[in-house]
Amino acid sequence: MSMESAAGRGLAAPRPRSERTIRAQRALDILVRSIVPVLLALAAGAILLLALGRDPLSFYRNIWDGGVAAGSWQDSAIAMAPFLLIAAGLTLIFRANIWNLGYNGQFLLGAALVSGYAPSLVKDVPLWLAFTLLFLLSGAVAGAWTLLPAILKARFGTNEIITTLMMSFIGIDLASILIKGPFHDPSTPLPQTAVIPLNKMLPSIPGTRIHIGLLVAIAAILVVHYLLTRTSWGLRLQIMGANPRAARHFGISLARLTVVSFLASGFLVGLAACADIMGLWGYIRTGWNPAYGDLIIPFVFLARLNALAVVPFVAFFAVLYTGGDLAAQQANLPTDFLYILVGLILLFMTVIEYLGRKRALGASYLTPGLKQSLRSGLIRRRRAK
Amino acid sequence: MILASQVWTQIFWTSALAGGLLAGVPLMFTALGESISERAGVLNIGLEGMMLAGAYCGFLGAYYGNTQWIGYLAGIGAGILASLIMVVLCVWLGLDQIVVGIAITLAGEGITSVLYQTRFSTTEPRLGNVPSNPIPLLDRIPVLGKPINGQFPLFDQPLIVYLGLAFAAFLAWVFRRTHIGLNLRAAGEKPDALDAAGVSVVATRSYAVLATGALSGLGGAYLAIAGTGGFQPFLTQGQGFMAIVIAMLARGRPIAVVVFSLMFGIALSLSTLLQLAGINLAPEVVNMIPFAAVILALVAFARRAYLPPALALPYVRGAR
Repeated sequence: MSMESAAGRGLAAPRPRSERTIRAQRALDILVRSIVPVLLALAAGAILLLALGRDPLSFYRNIWDGGVAAGSWQDSAIAMAPFLLIAAGLTLIFRANIWNLGYNGQFLLGAALVSGYAPSLVKDVPLWLAFTLLFLLSGAVAGAWTLLPAILKARFGTNEIITTLMMSFIGIDLASILIKGPFHDPSTPLPQTAVIPLNKMLPSIPGTRIHIGLLVAIAAILVVHYLLTRTSWGLRLQIMGANPRAARHFGISLARLTVVSFLASGFLVGLAACADIMGLWGYIRTGWNPAYGDLIIPFVFLARLNALAVVPFVAFFAVLYTGGDLAAQQANLPTDFLYILVGLILLFMTVIEYLGRKRALGASYLTPGLKQSLRSGLIRRRRAK
Repeated sequence: MILASQVWTQIFWTSALAGGLLAGVPLMFTALGESISERAGVLNIGLEGMMLAGAYCGFLGAYYGNTQWIGYLAGIGAGILASLIMVVLCVWLGLDQIVVGIAITLAGEGITSVLYQTRFSTTEPRLGNVPSNPIPLLDRIPVLGKPINGQFPLFDQPLIVYLGLAFAAFLAWVFRRTHIGLNLRAAGEKPDALDAAGVSVVATRSYAVLATGALSGLGGAYLAIAGTGGFQPFLTQGQGFMAIVIAMLARGRPIAVVVFSLMFGIALSLSTLLQLAGINLAPEVVNMIPFAAVILALVAFARRAYLPPALALPYVRGAR
């Protein structure tokens, strides 16, 4: 509703405005269009909760209690570390208009290798070196897992959605085999790796319980933002995403760029796995698949594939994720309820995006190529009327 | 080769064919649906969610209606409802098909899991056996005609399987010999031409997506009713995505879809097969096989997988 009034004001005020008001208007539009889908999804979720006979108000209050209040914001901040790293990886690759949907397999393979090698590594070498090696190992393995889809895409144009998903399913099973086999902790019959001692895990930021994985994540976000907005490589990536044919005319090697961006995306997902294992869990058990990426995707879009704008959205989701656990338990609902909320956010996002475009508001969530075709779609419809 | 003697038994092959058919039929229905909408130029990544919706509603229908047919109808209905979202958002409004597809998959996974667990988590009801109809004469073939491990013998399948196979043949005829088929293909290959010929691209694609929803809902319902005899959260385990691959590899030809589905069905039912053959593999290795098969197939036939040029692009009259 507020959006319509904003647009209405925009139309009703034809007098020339200063650049500052225009910029303020744009910022407001972007804010509205980013936040309204989330609010709508929460409202729809509330209706669903009512239909299931649960009290939506206490559900959302429990999310607040479990995710923000009384120091639990630190748990949310801890959860943010892998979320941000995955979001960085997805932002990068989505900018190139490539769909890396194999993050679950990449994540678990990285996590399995980190949990497998960490217990001996932290004993044998200085801790700082061990952490560096583990981050690099995890990133390298996860990156390598994207290589086949990348080559197939670069060489034959094979649809990367399919190949990354298939590699993801294979990676999940492979991680499980590794955990049961070479990395199995012989001192327990449970299918899990040896637990890394607490004092050998990633240290906390002084004064908090939050491990330094969060700092790694923020650094990664900054690097990705710098790459995408301030380097020629980022520009080439975006040209490829917007218009591959134009990119070829500019002399950009699409094949190489595709492979490199895939590797970078996988590398960041691998860092997320290492941060999560070394900072929070300390070991891995078979069957554990948090599938963070599935739930992060909508927020990457809501942030309009802007690496910096991802941060507040991921923070919001981290609260939803941490508090949602408690709220679902209290309401006697499975935690899969989060999937519904996230799916709803995506759906409302596309709808709001459409409405917003119809009102001729600012920028789009989608890559420029798609945006162009969508925009001209609207023109056609108007003419038809 | 000690293994070889155990693998080449008749019981193994009977079980391979029957098990492959049982696991392959849901894939077949869903992949037939996907080949319709891919022909028409709509990439449906939401198949997984549609299948789950169909599976859950199919399970509900069969459980409360006490007959498989109500279940199948409920599955079709749920699939159509889920695909309506896609019709409105992607075909009518021209929004990103991949984003909406992911949303449908996520929401489908969440809703079915939450509904099932809130209502049935303590009871976990099972559905009764599905009656099957033997083909006269063929069912008397020794070995092939006998049931194994509770699977339907090859020539004694539930009626819906025969209907599905007949539908595949019918669809092949529709694609090849009718105007509907031509319109569908034009909507995916060159929508401008279809538009110029006076046929609505949007309407053609809408019907195609609805058909996809109905078929994937039916596929999910078959999986729940005849395949596993009950529902559980995340029942489909990536089969919706496998169906997309099958449609891609089959290049939209229904008969090829049936063949590929049977092959992937055999890969999916490998765990029982390998037990029969006395081979003990870790369950993870067995789980990997169908996905590895997809990757191998894509590597081997990468050049031959075919997608219509206008796939996943919203149609815009006069755009360029």
